[in-house]
Amino acid sequence: MPVISPNKTPMPIADAKERSKTFREVNFGYDPKKAVEEADRCLRCQDPTCQSGCPVNVPIREVIHLTSQRRFDDALALVKRFNSLPGVCGRVCPQENQCEGRCHLGDRFGPVGIGYIERFLADWERMHEPLPTHKAEPKGQKVAIIGSGPSGLTAAGDLNHMGYDVTVFEALHDAGGVLRYGIPEFRLPKEVLDGEIDALVRDGVSIQCNVVLGKTITLDQLMEEMGYEAVFIGTGAGLPRFMNLPGENLNGIYSSNEFLTRINLMGAYRFPDYDTPVKSGRRVAVIGAGNTAMDAARCAMRAGSEEVTVVYRRSEAEMTARVEEYEHAIEEGIQFKWLNNPIEFLDDGKGWVSGMRCIRMELGEPDEGGRRRPVPVAGSEFVMDVNNVIVSIGTSPNPLLSRTTPGLDTTSWGGLVAEDATGQTSREGVFAGGDIVTGSATVILAAGAGKRAASAIDKYLSEKRG
Amino acid sequence: MFEILHTRRLTPVTKLFEVDAPLVAKAAQPGQFVILRVHGRGERIPVTITDSDPEAGTVTVVIQEVGATSKMANALEDGEGFHDLAGPLGEAAPLREMGHVVCVGGGFGAAAILSILKGLQPKATRTSAIVGARTAELVILEDRLREAADDVHICTDDGSAGFKGFVTEKLEELIASGEPVDEIVAIGPMVMMRAVAATTAPHGIATLVSLDPIMIDGTGMCGACRVTVAGETKFACIDGPLFDATQIDFDELVRRNKSYRDEEAEALHRYDDAQCRAEAAAAAVTGP
Ligand SMILES: Cc1cc2nc3c(=O)[nH]c(=O)nc-3n(C[C@H](O)[C@H](O)[C@H](O)COP(=O)(O)OP(=O)(O)OC[C@H]3O[C@@H](n4cnc5c(N)ncnc54)[C@H](O)[C@@H]3O)c2cc1C
Ligand SMILES: Cc1cc2nc3c(=O)[nH]c(=O)nc-3n(C[C@H](O)[C@H](O)[C@H](O)COP(=O)(O)OP(=O)(O)OC[C@H]3O[C@@H](n4cnc5c(N)ncnc54)[C@H](O)[C@@H]3O)c2cc1C
Ligand code: SF4
Ligand code: SF4
Ligand code: FES
Repeated sequence: MPVISPNKTPMPIADAKERSKTFREVNFGYDPKKAVEEADRCLRCQDPTCQSGCPVNVPIREVIHLTSQRRFDDALALVKRFNSLPGVCGRVCPQENQCEGRCHLGDRFGPVGIGYIERFLADWERMHEPLPTHKAEPKGQKVAIIGSGPSGLTAAGDLNHMGYDVTVFEALHDAGGVLRYGIPEFRLPKEVLDGEIDALVRDGVSIQCNVVLGKTITLDQLMEEMGYEAVFIGTGAGLPRFMNLPGENLNGIYSSNEFLTRINLMGAYRFPDYDTPVKSGRRVAVIGAGNTAMDAARCAMRAGSEEVTVVYRRSEAEMTARVEEYEHAIEEGIQFKWLNNPIEFLDDGKGWVSGMRCIRMELGEPDEGGRRRPVPVAGSEFVMDVNNVIVSIGTSPNPLLSRTTPGLDTTSWGGLVAEDATGQTSREGVFAGGDIVTGSATVILAAGAGKRAASAIDKYLSEKRG
Repeated sequence: MFEILHTRRLTPVTKLFEVDAPLVAKAAQPGQFVILRVHGRGERIPVTITDSDPEAGTVTVVIQEVGATSKMANALEDGEGFHDLAGPLGEAAPLREMGHVVCVGGGFGAAAILSILKGLQPKATRTSAIVGARTAELVILEDRLREAADDVHICTDDGSAGFKGFVTEKLEELIASGEPVDEIVAIGPMVMMRAVAATTAPHGIATLVSLDPIMIDGTGMCGACRVTVAGETKFACIDGPLFDATQIDFDELVRRNKSYRDEEAEALHRYDDAQCRAEAAAAAVTGP
């Protein structure tokens, strides 16, 4: 047996200074040699805790074993039985809290680069022949999927393979949900997402963009007039929250959704070749410290800002962004002001934001979630000069569909009530999953929910067929 | 692609489009709008649904040229299409069962009030339309308005047609005439809507205006369209576009709509430049 490196095979990566001005992908990915080298580090544990760390239980040990034998197609086919979006998840899963966080090797050395291997397998397929897909006999029943985020795409793919006639309805002009409008090109190239979506369409899934459920058509119309026998709702949690502070509607203050949508969905970083503009002034403050905030900050840097600061009311330890993104952000020159909270936005006299009054915070008693609650330090106010502010303090479910659909039970925070194991909602034949049920979560949790709902829908429709 | 079945130039800067969009046509309610894109790299722009025909599966929109995208849109001809069109968006206009409703329109708003007037037609409501334009040639859809409203008052700045003066002066006159007015709906340039609000406020007549902040998705996802109404932030695309005129922070809206003035000017300049070059090239091919 060759000597095995104690550390994760390094990911080839673009130079921080250069990349902080372009939208090209930061991580280049493993080549087959590196992928095998990394796969060889796996101990093939008796109790592969890595697998239990993965929300969809990818049989990681077996996948890695196949990879180390260079059986890339078999390895990928195995991953895909559990996760339909390996090219996406390999890139964006918070592996440090999931699969890799539970890897035995991680106790003493770096964990196996499970995400890197998964993404390698998916990229390998994209560069070669796509794996053959097996489609069951047509069942002659129509299923509608509402929303084309990871939950909807996963449910669509599975149901299509089971033989259902599947149509995805998407409100925007392009499919992918947050993967399209939120997560930027340098983290998840649109080519990867397009590859996943093209594969679905090639396999027979119909995707209809520009259809806003609850507006263009109602859920009742789908089921009663258009012949859909089951519906999966994966409309996400896309409504941006603001802080309701004085001056929040000044020019130059964005929600992260607006800022990122302008850049990712509308291509504003290529203005004027693309028609939609975006402002990213010399000094930008981003409020919040989740993945969305990290993406907004790094996009601002790339869109031409010189000084980008993430302002967060808690400390580094409570930050929720993926570790790799945080590290990349630091390398790219993003600054962090922990334990600070804005209290007011200041006007430059012409209606544009020019300053942000903040107050310093300290951590007090733990809140209901177990995180220590930040409390303001009296008399610690100060003003930060800013040209733009990006508010990235979270999102809530979009009420468009629930407002117009009788009989759908919602939670106090506007989410849909659905059974965890099946996605079953309060209405017969209507299932839901992803952020609309859980609140903002992760790609793999959304994809997993789509997968479970697809099985439940299959069961429901099979019984209906008798 | 949403096919344009029919176009009609209404004025040098406004054009009417009848678009094939069966699902939107079926669902459209008075006062709602669509978001469209002219081409694959284009902006998403909101436009009001002027009319819809569920049987024919068509929606009618009227676009007024104010910048690059609206100019690009108005360059489209019969048989071409909008790259994307999503809707109907926003909340429908409340339609009174009785009483007297006055719809005030300026610019594209003269077309935009049509759907509301038509919506009121089957009701016991009496309707009046007051539409304004600079001069007679710029008055649009007068025939359609006359079909839909009980009374139509045309106002021109130069008196070349109808009443000489602003729509607000006509409105003031109408109110002063003693005829009861129960509700006013105004759609058009912000200055006009603001002036209408100022006119009706002393009389305490319920007044709705259709706000036109910058929008992107039109589904509540971005917050670009936020407006302050009665001291609270609202998203015009899902809570509006119609709001109580007396409660609106117009200054904020006017200011926010200027956010991209430089970029809009640049885009317009580039568009006009490209048009000039295309025309010059065409002239060179055909020769003198
Ligand atoms: C900027 C950003 C970065 C993120 N980074 C990460 C990351 O690195 N790793 C990670 O695991 N997670 C990340 N997340 C979270 C993750 O993207 C989400 O949890 C996931 O996308 C949720 O998937 P979903 O299928 O529930 O819905 P979404 O991805 O939100 O998709 C919902 C879709 O439904 C459409 N829709 C909504 N309403 C309607 C309607 N009425 N009719 C028709 N269509 C409708 C929307 O337009 C949208 O396309 C990030 C989120 C954001 C915003
Ligand atoms: C609910 C609603 C209904 C509307 N209905 C109509 C209609 O029926 N007919 C019509 O001609 N126009 C309508 N508008 C206005 C129309 O959307 C704008 O004129 C158009 O977007 C301008 O684009 P542009 O590129 O040509 O001009 P730009 O050069 O981009 O802008 C010129 C002006 O238009 C405004 N504007 C720019 N982008 C947007 C945007 N995305 N959304 C809203 N306003 C913007 C700006 O305030 C600016 O002052 C409506 C707007 C809203 C919000
Ligand atoms: S899906 Fe995500 S958590 Fe599961 S193995 Fe792959 S990278 Fe890890
Ligand atoms: S826990 Fe780590 S070393 Fe063990 S099987 Fe899983 S990936 Fe391999
Ligand atoms: S246009 Fe995006 S929220 Fe209204």
